[in-house]
Amino acid sequence: MPAAIQCRDLRKTYDGKVEAVRGLNLEIQPGECFGLLGPNGAGKTTTIEILEGLSQPTSGEVSILGHSWRKDEREMREWLGISLQETRLSEKLTVRETIELFASFYREPRSSEEVLEQLQLTEKADSWVGKLSGGQRQRLAVATALVCNPKILFLDEPTTGLDPQSRRQLWDIIRAFQRDGGTVLLTTHYMDEAERLCDRLAVVDHGQIIAEGSPADLIERLGGHHVVEFSVSGSNGAAGASPGSANEAWRGLPSVESVREDDDLIALNVKQPHLTIPALLEAIDRQGTQLQHLSTRQASLEDVFVRLTGRHLREE
Amino acid sequence: MSTTQETPVTAIKTQPMPPHRNGRWAGYSHLLMARLLELKREPEVVFWVFVFPLLLALGLGIAFRNKPGDAASVAIVAGIGPQDAQALLTHSPQHELFKMQVLPAAEAQLGFRLGKFDLVIEPDGKGGMEYRYDPARPESVLAKSEVNDALQSAAGRKDVITTTVVTSSEPGSRYIDFLIPGLLGMNLMNSGMWGIGFALVDMRQRKLLKRFVGTPMRRGDFLLAIMTSRLLLMVIEIGLLLVFGVLFFHMRVLGSVFSIAAIGGLGSLTFGGVGLLTASRAQKIESISGLINLVMMPMWIFSGVFFSYERFPAVIHPLIKALPLTALNDALRASILEGTPLLNQWPRLLVMALWGGISFVLALKWFRWT
Repeated sequence: MPAAIQCRDLRKTYDGKVEAVRGLNLEIQPGECFGLLGPNGAGKTTTIEILEGLSQPTSGEVSILGHSWRKDEREMREWLGISLQETRLSEKLTVRETIELFASFYREPRSSEEVLEQLQLTEKADSWVGKLSGGQRQRLAVATALVCNPKILFLDEPTTGLDPQSRRQLWDIIRAFQRDGGTVLLTTHYMDEAERLCDRLAVVDHGQIIAEGSPADLIERLGGHHVVEFSVSGSNGAAGASPGSANEAWRGLPSVESVREDDDLIALNVKQPHLTIPALLEAIDRQGTQLQHLSTRQASLEDVFVRLTGRHLREE
Repeated sequence: MSTTQETPVTAIKTQPMPPHRNGRWAGYSHLLMARLLELKREPEVVFWVFVFPLLLALGLGIAFRNKPGDAASVAIVAGIGPQDAQALLTHSPQHELFKMQVLPAAEAQLGFRLGKFDLVIEPDGKGGMEYRYDPARPESVLAKSEVNDALQSAAGRKDVITTTVVTSSEPGSRYIDFLIPGLLGMNLMNSGMWGIGFALVDMRQRKLLKRFVGTPMRRGDFLLAIMTSRLLLMVIEIGLLLVFGVLFFHMRVLGSVFSIAAIGGLGSLTFGGVGLLTASRAQKIESISGLINLVMMPMWIFSGVFFSYERFPAVIHPLIKALPLTALNDALRASILEGTPLLNQWPRLLVMALWGGISFVLALKWFRWT
């Protein structure tokens, strides 16, 4: 069985200068929910639009369930569902009219009523699109993608800007689609979304994949299991004088995998906190500085991302 | 974010319904229906496309309605013997053509300078008259000649040649008759450029075009649906304005409904093509607004909507006639006012077809869907 989505050495250069995608390889299996995670401007949208056949790669190969855009575009459109980042559907059409319009483009669409019901839009079926809330609009956008009964669903930042409840509704819809055997490729810059929805993820930065794996796997490999965060008084001066040596001191504590500094907060990625913390307290005592703050938590994808790029996900 | 209220995945039963197969034209007919619904639900469109031209026709028709020529206003300078001139004029058969006032010389001069009087008559006291008029003002020239005629004949001049006069202010030769076909043409241009050019760029900016090409939608069907909606609207636009002209201004329509509709249809498609070309690459509605105005501006001025382009120097007439709106206006006027058959109008129709056809081909080549 061919991979649901496969691309090799994908590159996209705009105007011969800006390299949005720089040699990207992906292989997504049927039935998987795969996430492209990265900050704004990392090349996620460019990548997903190339995979959707809406944009031409400068070089590289794309294959969707064994088909190529160059040969089978029309056929492929019949079984691909797409939701772009921020499409503004016509405001003066009703929800039902919009779904029926999209349904009319496919040879064998699903019934609009069924799609309305699945996306909990039945109540709003006769409202104008202009009157919908953000969450309802986003569900409608996904409805226009699901109306063709797709084998693969492409979602570009499906929940950006939505309230928590609307996000959860959409997650349920995506999970249900996947449970029925569908393949999902989504982009997001939300960690929790990636952790909950995706079987596998690729962390994208500057047009390249810098890590790939299941969320748990990535966290274990790159984030350490736990994070110990603390700050000490007087550490500013010490760190300012020789930050490298200060970091070295923390790095040498038992079970510590990596150290990073965030403003005046120091975060240690740790395998076994019960070994690290006593040693840490002792070290602080030896330095003659005062502990200001100490907390421990489970490592998250955010930690993975910061570890990989030195930046937070939602920084511009 | 708290996870306490996490709802279990709602059980969505997707019971398989019998698949519904779409026919070849399902996409086209839905696109056309969606376009018409959107237009119908946009009150601005209804106003600008249907009501505005009617108001314009009404306003201009009333302002330039045919009325008896204005009576010339004549000042007679008070002094020696003004009564003679006044009496003569009052008793002349043409006396209702004049409004007379007897005034001191200074006041008469001032009124003349301000345009209140068309002519100043100053009796010289010896039975003679001095006319003061402005050869650059047509109404002044007219007043001088009419007053002179009236005075001379009242004083006993006999005309040597017998003349008879026929007046003509029949429907077909009035300003409103000239105006309504021009408004029709302008309206078809406006709604073609805005209804297609602007609408497409708006959809492009909203990424709706990109979303559409992410489906198996036939791109040709999409453009065809937009053009069809334009043609349907055209029928209503022309019908309304003509019926209005006939009912309100007793306009006479000599050409057949078929040939007027054919010219209107060709005009709509022409400006549809030009609109499509204008919109083929623009990404923002701000830039398309400027472009559309830039394209339409020369035609507003030169193509004889409100006044005849004969007023421009003859050297540039060939250029003016090569503009699509000139061809459309001329064709509409010839058909509506003179009943000229379509066949005799082929050069105008050709001009339109070339503009529309070439624009359409270029637009398809350059059109940007994403």
